[in-house]
Amino acid sequence: MTSMDFLLFIKGPMFSIAVAIFALGILVRLFEILALGRAHNYAAARGNEIIPGLKTIYRRFNPDPGTFKRSTFDVLVGTLWHVGFVVVLLLFIPHIELIQSTIGIGWPGLPNPVVDAVTAITLLGLVAVLIHRFRQPVKRFLSTREDYLIWLVTFLPVLTGYLAYHRLINPYPLALGLHILSAEVFLIVLPFTKLSHIFTAFVARYYNGAIFGRKGIQS
Amino acid sequence: MTQGANHFSLERGLNAWREEIDAPVASFFSSCVHCGLCAQACPFFVETGDPKYTPIHKLEPMRLLWEQEYTVWGKLKKLIKDRIDAKLGRESKPLITDEMLEEWEPLLYDSCTMCGRCSMVCPVGNDIHYMIRKAREGMVASGHSPEGLLAASVRAVNTGSPMGLQWKTLEVQIKHVETATGLEVPIDKQGADFLVLLSSMEIINFPEYLEAITKIFDHADVSWTLSKTCFEATNAGIQIGSKDIAATLVQRVVDAAEELQVKNVISPECGHAYTAIRWEGPNAIKRAYPFKVYHIIEVLDQLRTDGRIKTEGKEMDRLSMHDPCNLARKSGVVQQQRSLMDLVAGDFVDLQEHGELQWCCGAGGGVSSNERAEPLKLAAFKRKKAQIEEVEPERMVTMCATCRTQLEEGLEEFNMDIPVVGLTEMIADHLVEKEKAEQS
Repeated sequence: MTSMDFLLFIKGPMFSIAVAIFALGILVRLFEILALGRAHNYAAARGNEIIPGLKTIYRRFNPDPGTFKRSTFDVLVGTLWHVGFVVVLLLFIPHIELIQSTIGIGWPGLPNPVVDAVTAITLLGLVAVLIHRFRQPVKRFLSTREDYLIWLVTFLPVLTGYLAYHRLINPYPLALGLHILSAEVFLIVLPFTKLSHIFTAFVARYYNGAIFGRKGIQS
Repeated sequence: MTQGANHFSLERGLNAWREEIDAPVASFFSSCVHCGLCAQACPFFVETGDPKYTPIHKLEPMRLLWEQEYTVWGKLKKLIKDRIDAKLGRESKPLITDEMLEEWEPLLYDSCTMCGRCSMVCPVGNDIHYMIRKAREGMVASGHSPEGLLAASVRAVNTGSPMGLQWKTLEVQIKHVETATGLEVPIDKQGADFLVLLSSMEIINFPEYLEAITKIFDHADVSWTLSKTCFEATNAGIQIGSKDIAATLVQRVVDAAEELQVKNVISPECGHAYTAIRWEGPNAIKRAYPFKVYHIIEVLDQLRTDGRIKTEGKEMDRLSMHDPCNLARKSGVVQQQRSLMDLVAGDFVDLQEHGELQWCCGAGGGVSSNERAEPLKLAAFKRKKAQIEEVEPERMVTMCATCRTQLEEGLEEFNMDIPVVGLTEMIADHLVEKEKAEQS
């Protein structure tokens, strides 16, 4: 198998399989959460549920000052690499072209050098949070194999993308193939691991805001 | 607690969890990425530095059950594991054991007041205290709840009071109040607007409260009553995590209120009693109440808004305030106590993190009834102490008997000469005499 065959396989059948597992997996995940429902609440409500629920979805991007002070590294570096990851994923022109050819929607991207710089920052951020996970007592205590696995699964697409863009792996079809493969692994693993927080965190935040909102508190 | 009584079993515990796992719980467990930020929101972690007190870790056994039984991936993993075990001819290891729950008992009870601060901070939005409350149901059903809390629950069911206090004791106090004030304390008055509930701890430690509301309600012409059959507002069932006990205790309040045909029920200066009756009670008995429930602070603030409370003079020393978690963060009563403070305080300063982000005193959620938790309770108080030191008040004001006791004991332990007062009493101390108020 040449590197071109490899790339064609990764871009072709493998891509379809990954997207299918991802889409189906995430639907199942959301279904198995939402299908559990909530018991009827007989207590007279003090406040609304929906608006505070939606507000909490937004508000948890923006921690309270005390949390920021006590967990400055987590907030800064955590936000930095998450934003970097999303920017690179959604604003790199070849990615947008791929999305457009897959689901038919596109949008303008950022110039390549900008995406390149953001990628480098994201990589550094990811390395920093890994070191932090090893060293900070609470994180080290909580961390399971899954946490390290999803770190790797998140890190690899960014790293291989960076290497492919700078032609640091040769031949190029192999570099691109590895990058797409790592993204496919990310997609396949996502619904079955904590990576599903990409979707479920919005559900969780909504419920949090709704539960507190009913009692008249904006959480 | 030991595994003596045969109506407690691991299987019953797991079944209780199965009943408790709902869509929010599943979304929370699905979302946790082990960032550990909840630890920084927890006074028990912050003051001990021990990672095992990280709030989300306290839920690990319940999470294991959720993963295995409520996710496709978990079911698949179990299937594969069982196959391998069968092939090798060995018995499958149980996912959750009694030993495990025994290890988690102090995490779910001794080091958690269900204050809900972690729930406000979690970046993915997990309402952790909502899950702790649910997890305790399984702990009780499996026979892994603390002796102290269990004894309080048994006393509450048998005598009506978690401290075993009887009407006779309250009656003596009522007589004292009547003598001291020259006013009548109404008992079993049909059709009163408000049924007033008390907490045993208040009756024993802070008899001033009953005197204060007697004066305030007379001043504001409020129609109220006590009930001889049910004067206790607290609910040990909700602290320990037993819906059955909770329902039994709530039903007593509902029966008394319905018998006297009152329109409203007032929960005393006690935090958990309020959340118990206001939010959990209707769900425990599975029906809406035919009356409304208020915390005394809400009632006082409404009287203030209606112009029915007239005060004179102000406290001139530097005062600060502790928001009970159950009242502020967990019930949305934040502004009311501050409006009341404005009436009577000349030099009030808020703690830096207050209202929905206040820090727990360390004694709520049953911790104060659990003797084993004593050292942790004092450790957690250090966060409150640090907050108090930042603003250097001469006195602290609060509106929960458990918080107040904890503040008093904690401040004394650290040789800090800062008296603690209840807000209701402070209001009562500044009432304009009735005749004078009527003239003006």
